[in-house]
Amino acid sequence: MEKKTLFDKVWDAHVVDTVENGPQILYIDKHLIHEVTSPQAFAELEERNIPVFRKDQIVATADHNVPTKDQHLPIQDLLSKKQVEMLTENCNKQGITLYGLGHPYQGIVHVMAPELGITQPGMTMVCGDSHTSTHGAFGTIAFGIGTSQVAQVFASQCLLLSKPKSMRITVNGKLKNGVLPKDVILYIIAKLGTNSGTGYFVEYAGDVFKDMTMEGRMTVCNMSIEMGARGGMIAPDETTFEYVKGREFAPEGDAFDQKVAYWKTLPTDEGATFDKEYEFDAADIEPMVTYGTNPGMGIKITDRIPEINDVSFEKSIKYMGFEKGEKLLGKPINYVFVGSCTNSRIEDFRTAAAYIKGKQKADNVTALIVPGSQQVAKQIKAEGLQDIFEAAGFEIRQSGCSACLGMNEDKIPAGEYCVSTSNRNFEGRQGPGARTILASPLVAVATAIAGKIVDVSKEIEEEELVIA
Amino acid sequence: MEKFEKLKSQAIPLPIENIDTDQIIPARFLKATNKVGFGENLFRDWRFNKDGSENESFVFNNNKYSGKILVAGDNFGCGSSREHAAWALTDYGFKVVISSYFADIFKGNALNNGLLPIQVSPETLKAVFNAIEENANTELIVNLEDQTFEVANTDIKESFDIDAYKKMCLINGYDDIDFLVSKREKIEAFEASRKF
Repeated sequence: MEKKTLFDKVWDAHVVDTVENGPQILYIDKHLIHEVTSPQAFAELEERNIPVFRKDQIVATADHNVPTKDQHLPIQDLLSKKQVEMLTENCNKQGITLYGLGHPYQGIVHVMAPELGITQPGMTMVCGDSHTSTHGAFGTIAFGIGTSQVAQVFASQCLLLSKPKSMRITVNGKLKNGVLPKDVILYIIAKLGTNSGTGYFVEYAGDVFKDMTMEGRMTVCNMSIEMGARGGMIAPDETTFEYVKGREFAPEGDAFDQKVAYWKTLPTDEGATFDKEYEFDAADIEPMVTYGTNPGMGIKITDRIPEINDVSFEKSIKYMGFEKGEKLLGKPINYVFVGSCTNSRIEDFRTAAAYIKGKQKADNVTALIVPGSQQVAKQIKAEGLQDIFEAAGFEIRQSGCSACLGMNEDKIPAGEYCVSTSNRNFEGRQGPGARTILASPLVAVATAIAGKIVDVSKEIEEEELVIA
Repeated sequence: MEKFEKLKSQAIPLPIENIDTDQIIPARFLKATNKVGFGENLFRDWRFNKDGSENESFVFNNNKYSGKILVAGDNFGCGSSREHAAWALTDYGFKVVISSYFADIFKGNALNNGLLPIQVSPETLKAVFNAIEENANTELIVNLEDQTFEVANTDIKESFDIDAYKKMCLINGYDDIDFLVSKREKIEAFEASRKF
């Protein structure tokens, strides 16, 4: 029998038809939408008088452009207000489920769908957002699409696509204390480069991902797009099934057992081949930081910025205000952001709180904690984490994409550094002129406490804190 | 969608690698609910100074350069899936982007908006940059039917790849929605046949 990869199995199960000498028609199980990339798609359908084909397979939330303060009040920014209102209007008109502002399920689209059990193994999922790759953590083919494609899925629940090539990235061994999933993916991107995955769908395999929680797997898959890959996947296993079980939209009873039996058939067959393979050793991975303006420009936190003679590299370093050969350790930092679809799940805040407990943030630092969803916010409170953050001087906001992309008021001032748990360090990403240093939640909060970048491994060693 | 067959035009060179869609159109300009006017903020933070005045050192503000073709460094359009990046480029007047590498989502978005992304070899890209640097009035010629790209009055010529279906769409001005809607019966049959 033909040996298939996890990706092949899910893809092949969703091919409706193949266009001669052209793309395939791929069926989409779940379509997530938000306020920023959907209005033009709704307008497109309306102009052509085409109805939404499968409204029950669409779920909407407002996240990109919402304030993270006073969400019960009308949105102050009139353009943002209009965009959010338009989402409500479009969803109401089309009968699409919306978890809008104020709804107990509202949240960042890639935090909300997994925690509600909407995301399930073996599905195809799309959203007008490149970090849709997050859902691949469940063994799902999930990828970001443009607004024209949002309209195509509205109209037909399908997309025209050519099957991407396959890549497997294996990391075996055991991660060191204080090395988090975020460090693993920053390490991989730094090793392979920001466009190494273009044209590929990635499968992450090996001990490190097997041992990871679902939250950690989501962090890894989330950043697949930062190496250019459309998506990343991890084979579903008991950890996956346990996570999905009992969630709001997960199947129940016999239906769940039947699904699990199917999900167990999905992992890559032994002997299946990939177009490209990479292998790394967990022991080589340390806490990471980025020093440049794309996520591939990352180093171990104790390393020096490489000395590369290249115009684009130099432009990037200049923007960041760094010098070649310089260390980032000891750099004073005034802003810290813990949030985004990469790192705003409950586990991220548990890790952050474990480190922060009993400490105070440095006076020079403004530290923002932005939960990924209303449910995460509720959990932070219930578990007593909120008290720890507040006592340490961190500011807790309401859920949304916030300072990850600075569409709302949550911007980092020009010229300032922000150690951020988000996914992109592009020029101006967190506000015009802002300088982003990507890192794990642990590195971020350690920075907030010290007021500068510190070697977090040493810090936790001294305190005998076990964080993994 | 506008039809695309041939184009002869001068080009604007942007020899920077890894230009992400946040540079093409920063997130704070994504609040519009229609597709028009994004050209105004194309490369906003590179084109304009903080006080709103034009940044004279940026190539778009140099009168020497103009045209409907953007020539950009490797890995153009990485990052966010925002189709607003393609809308901003077309709204500004571009019909073609040439680079040695395109990010997947951007490439798809461009094609869905009649903006032709042409991937050339790194050597050809370098030669094109050199030709434009030597003479800003250099004209580039794109022929979609033949899938060729050349620099006028030079021997720089290369053929480029494009999906046959996408090529047909561009030449005829078709888009995927009509095609997919015409397949609804097949899609419904697929839905009915699924076990999981």
